[in-house]
Amino acid sequence: MNRKLLTGNAAAAWGARLAGIDYVPAFPITPQTEIIETLSGWFERGELQGRMTVLESEHSMITAAGAAAATGVRVFTATSSQGLLHAMEMIYTVTGWRAPFVLVNVSRGLSSPITLEPDHNDVLAARDSGFIQIHCANCQEVLDTMLIAYRLAEHQSIRLPIIVNLDGFYLSFTREPVEIPDQSEAREFVGEFDPGQIKFRASMPESQAVAVLGGSPYSYFRYETHLAMLEALNVYPEIADEFNARFGRFHGLLECFECDDADYLFVMMGCFATKAKDAVLRLREAGIKIGLLRPRLIRPFPSAAIAAAVSEKKALAVIDQNLSIGKGGILHAEIASVLYGIGQAPPILASFIGGLGGRDISQEEFFEIAQTLINASKTGETPPPRLLYTAREFKELKNLRAIAQVERQQLKENQP
Amino acid sequence: MTDTRFARMKDLPSTHWLGAGTPMCAGCGGLQALHQIYDILGNKTVFVNAAGCMTLLSIYPFTPFRGSWLYTAMGSAPAGAQGIRDALDILLEQKHIPPEEDLTTVVLSGDGSAYGMGVSATSGAIDRGLDFLYICYDNEGYGNTGQQFSAGAKTSTSKGPRGYPGYKKDLFALWAANKPAYVATVIGAEPLDLARKIEKATQLKGSRLIIALSPCPTGWDFDPKESTEIGRLAVKTGVWPLKEYQDGRVSHTKIPKERLPVEDYLKVQGRFAHLFEPVRNEAMLAEIQQRIDDYWADVV
Ligand SMILES: Cc1ncc(C[n+]2csc(CCOP(=O)(O)OP(=O)(O)O)c2C)c(N)n1
Ligand code: SF4
Ligand SMILES: [Mg+2]
Repeated sequence: MNRKLLTGNAAAAWGARLAGIDYVPAFPITPQTEIIETLSGWFERGELQGRMTVLESEHSMITAAGAAAATGVRVFTATSSQGLLHAMEMIYTVTGWRAPFVLVNVSRGLSSPITLEPDHNDVLAARDSGFIQIHCANCQEVLDTMLIAYRLAEHQSIRLPIIVNLDGFYLSFTREPVEIPDQSEAREFVGEFDPGQIKFRASMPESQAVAVLGGSPYSYFRYETHLAMLEALNVYPEIADEFNARFGRFHGLLECFECDDADYLFVMMGCFATKAKDAVLRLREAGIKIGLLRPRLIRPFPSAAIAAAVSEKKALAVIDQNLSIGKGGILHAEIASVLYGIGQAPPILASFIGGLGGRDISQEEFFEIAQTLINASKTGETPPPRLLYTAREFKELKNLRAIAQVERQQLKENQP
Repeated sequence: MTDTRFARMKDLPSTHWLGAGTPMCAGCGGLQALHQIYDILGNKTVFVNAAGCMTLLSIYPFTPFRGSWLYTAMGSAPAGAQGIRDALDILLEQKHIPPEEDLTTVVLSGDGSAYGMGVSATSGAIDRGLDFLYICYDNEGYGNTGQQFSAGAKTSTSKGPRGYPGYKKDLFALWAANKPAYVATVIGAEPLDLARKIEKATQLKGSRLIIALSPCPTGWDFDPKESTEIGRLAVKTGVWPLKEYQDGRVSHTKIPKERLPVEDYLKVQGRFAHLFEPVRNEAMLAEIQQRIDDYWADVV
């Protein structure tokens, strides 16, 4: 085993390398580009066997990824934000092919306004596509999740593609010490690619992804895919245990940090959850029994595990780094759907929107959220949803506008 | 075309690879061409299909294809071919499959895809020198959604007095300008010419395109039994030049000795009725004839 300082992007590339990928259809986009650049270097230097093909769009890239997986090779690809959206027709299409591969999405806010920095609206747009979705919070987790993802995707009772998500900038470009498993041990864990029935060979003609007529066969195939994905909830823990036994690191369906005796929980996904962890430790020093619940799997949604983790808590604060425009936080709605009907559901489920387009969430804001939960559970009234946005930020925005206006005025005056 | 195995009609394949009983319309010129093409390509092929009429050839759990098939989407069939070609190459390189398991990658799409939505994916495939055969059945419209005009439309199916004012985009030239391995136009009504071109295409590597003009009784509005005759008229009037591109040169494979007037082709199709009724649109007819004459003036 070998310990190195790696960015989240490099950790993703290492994960793909160790998993023994054969094929990488690629297309550049910030902040994901470092992943394909790293892989392309390895292919060029012969450190990685197989082939990388740069397509002319992400729509084509995902088509090629699905088609290659359906031909019987192990495929890796990566994108972000606009790229994921550009590919969306094929994101939905290839899941029905039941040809497993892994796609890393480096989360980045969506246009418009166009931005580079992260939130989760890109990856959540793929929520209902049939891709399994796993969200990571640190660089080690990224690498480890890649290996777990190939095992899970290729499992004979699942056979679905997987998105491994890491947050742009905060995780993609942050260097952390990462244990890089032994190549041979990683390969042993992941195993050989077995295409099963899904492949194209001259001696075995196959028609794949054919049309259906009518709702009956359509319902059959759609629901079958749904059941296969739900099966991942049963298969995942076995794979995670095996990973832990072999490599000494455990990555569950959820991360529960200081949850057991907690009265209150922050609920978050992705790497901003590490900020919440800090806040949990400080709040605990102040005597507040709070914890953090971080679902790693978003699809399939680990409903039972979440229900068990939150039951009997006094209040939850779901902090969504996304916004379903016209509804609110997406994770908040997902959690709410789990709580309805369980016996000991927390009476308070508060919603906060924060970290859009990479806006930081400060410790003070976590403290404020905790205080809101404490107050709410006293009064028994759930507070309205809130955007984490300070008066100072608002003032700064207004100042910038004023400066721009003055500048424009001067330009006008200086014109001949 | 000296060393062809298709010297005369009786040399055409007598084994037919494509199954019968598809849901295509009676008299579909696209299906006619596909039958002829498939007879030569055979079953060691994987057809990568874009959305269009031919998507309905394979309806679960049936298919007329003896070889393989993958439906992708309207815009990215060439990228599907890329993924399959790359994967087969990797499997061959790694000796995971023997050479006899290899397949020819074939894209099958309509003109809406080939001239329009799929152009980005096609251009990318040509840039990368993808080894594949693109078959475009050109019915000059979005047949599957009701024959609205596509970028491959000649004149109108929209019902204005003049109809669609644009002229057909030159897909042949678009490909040829990028120096692919082979480009050819064919039509089911000229099976020998078609067979020779498919034969030639299969002997080459790299990006290859076959555009088959596909008389479409449903979209063009004519009696299905006239389909082959209309195909012949397309050639005899010079509307559909049969030609090929290879090694930087374009050559015409069948030059009509005396071209019939274009109206012979137009007046037998309901889609051009607006040129003849309620009054003959002489100016428009003359303009169309002129364009065809101009084209051939450069050829002969
Ligand atoms: C992205 C997308 N937009 C629209 C459609 C609807 N659609 C299906 S087939 C078709 C027409 C395709 O035209 P063409 O390629 O000429 O094939 P034809 O229908 O004529 O066989 C359209 C518009 C689609 N399948 N996908
Ligand atoms: S609409 Fe035209 S192209 Fe489509 S199946 Fe019918 S005849 Fe063939
Ligand atoms: Mg068409």
